[in-house]
Amino acid sequence: MTRDGILHRIRTALGRSAGQAASPAVPPVRLVIPEIDREARIGLFTARLEALGGKTQRAANGDEARALVAAALEGKTAVASNAPLLAGCGIAELPGVETGITDRAHLQARCAAVNVGITSADFALADTGSLVMLSSAQEARLISLLPREHIAVVPMERMLTGLDELFTLLPRPAEQTSSMVLITGPSRTADIEQILVKGAHGPGQVTVILVG
Amino acid sequence: MSVEFDQKVHDTLADANLQLAIYTSTGRLKRGRVASVSGEAMPDYQELRDQAHAIKKHAIDNLDYYLEEFERNVTARGGKVIYCKDATAVADFVLGLAKERGVRLIVKSKSMTTEEVDLNERLEHHGLESVETDLGEYILQLAHEKPYHIVLPALHKTRYDVADIFTRELHVPRETVIEKQTALACGVLRDKFLAADIGISGANFLVADSGSIVIIENEGNARLTTTAPKIHIVLAGIEKVIPRARDLATFLKLLARSATGQLLSAYTSVLSGARRPGEIDGPDEFYVVLLDNGRTRLLPDKGKRQTLYCIRCGACLNACPVYRKIGGYSFPWVYSGPIGAILTPQFMGVSHEPALPFASSLCGACGEVCPVKIDIPKVLLDLRSDVKKAEAREGQGRMERLAFRAFAWLMTHPRAYEMACRMAALMAPSGDGSWLKSVPPLMNLPPVRAWLSQRDLPPPPAKSFRELWRHRR
Repeated sequence: MTRDGILHRIRTALGRSAGQAASPAVPPVRLVIPEIDREARIGLFTARLEALGGKTQRAANGDEARALVAAALEGKTAVASNAPLLAGCGIAELPGVETGITDRAHLQARCAAVNVGITSADFALADTGSLVMLSSAQEARLISLLPREHIAVVPMERMLTGLDELFTLLPRPAEQTSSMVLITGPSRTADIEQILVKGAHGPGQVTVILVG
Repeated sequence: MSVEFDQKVHDTLADANLQLAIYTSTGRLKRGRVASVSGEAMPDYQELRDQAHAIKKHAIDNLDYYLEEFERNVTARGGKVIYCKDATAVADFVLGLAKERGVRLIVKSKSMTTEEVDLNERLEHHGLESVETDLGEYILQLAHEKPYHIVLPALHKTRYDVADIFTRELHVPRETVIEKQTALACGVLRDKFLAADIGISGANFLVADSGSIVIIENEGNARLTTTAPKIHIVLAGIEKVIPRARDLATFLKLLARSATGQLLSAYTSVLSGARRPGEIDGPDEFYVVLLDNGRTRLLPDKGKRQTLYCIRCGACLNACPVYRKIGGYSFPWVYSGPIGAILTPQFMGVSHEPALPFASSLCGACGEVCPVKIDIPKVLLDLRSDVKKAEAREGQGRMERLAFRAFAWLMTHPRAYEMACRMAALMAPSGDGSWLKSVPPLMNLPPVRAWLSQRDLPPPPAKSFRELWRHRR
């Protein structure tokens, strides 16, 4: 069997035997969480995302968030994820917004047709301006990917300092979901003459509405 | 040096447009990296490099252990791990699965490992359509070319080249505006994504403690490749495994910065198997193909084993004064630049292109920028030694060895050395640096002729340093 052959070759080369533990011990994990207060985190997140051509807006509560989304939609069509937050603040009922999709084929067809994808996010990372999206029954993967525009509504308490805090909270993302994606700004390419083009296969516009 | 290598180097040096393209593109990436890892931007950069090196070293030194742990965790979530020893085995697996499921169309995201095994060609040979979806890779697939650079595959193509390729291959009106070319390609590819049954991706990391694979990209094509089709196949080299998901905090901070100067790429996907019950989208089947293809050959040598720590950021290419002149296509395989110069001879054997470890000035820039601290210059020296040993075994290089023995003798016998210097000064007509070319018997020696075809040797001074020194005292 190829598997055993390859593992055998590896062990012979390394001078190890089958079933032997890793030695010496694995180096300790390096996770350093900086102290950054709430306002500084918002400032950092906003600056990072804007440097990439994304946009950040602030809403004091769900009503304000809904008003911001409504203004952004202006007659455009959208698919909203099944995140309770979006239903809770009435975003899912805005005109032109379809939500509650649970069928894969239907989701794909709709996401390929509408202008805007509206989601929440499980976390935001201040020091890189990233959204962290865990795939689930509430959040499908394609809503933040197929439409040309992505709007994410994120409660402020989900704003982490950065990667180190994320992996402290989720030491094994595989236990929660089949897919954890960090979204850092709009989709981009610079493959022709290194000229930056925003919006390649994914959304060219990313707007994050921070609530609270 | 093989004739082919020599010819490609000369062609690249003679092409002014290509020289400009290589110089500006690598320069931009280089500046991006420098700015993003500066002491001000990233005070703990050096500690992160040490940590990344320590983790990679540990993972490779215990490779069998972590591969088995990875495999256990993938299998526990319903995924399947397949070990392949070479390109044929990979193609056989994909073809077998495609046939079983009645698949005709495959979409692919960017992966150096699939380039390494010529996967597209092999699949297309058997009647499957396998489409590259990264913009640069798509352009190259249409042009039937290989990637020029690990990170910027189509670095050598201008917008006008792209216009020609699109017009010829896609039968569309000529378009030279880059934004419109991008939109055009993405439009064609979107239909492919939505129609394909298999998505093939590479992986930047395999995570042992969770059975996850990690993909880093900017366009979104890898997310689509791994989400839209019902079947997701990952092809990764066995050396990609790291112990813990938490180690990603270290590697993710280094990879995008070293590659392009970004803090993180637009998309970092941590994927752990097929979609779970309740999840609306994502693949139904998940396969990880672990490829050897010569990697285990690198393990026995403790010094050179570190070549396998590479995370394919491309920083050493951008930093390398040799790559920046001779470009990607001078290198005989898919991996170019300093990392290619140490990977290729070890994968293929040093005799594949014996000049490769010598295509370096040993300036050390590659080792300095490597985010996982591979001592590339040291490995280059080890490989040079291997090349010379192989030549000696085959009875080659006798003249060279003789010359160096004579040189060593001269350098360890001061009187003889001084005499030789005086004779050289007497023989040399004063004046310009091409003096040696006027000494016919020397010029007839092939090594001397080859050396002087690119260089001059300044004439020896009338008085040597030793003479001056004596007068002083």
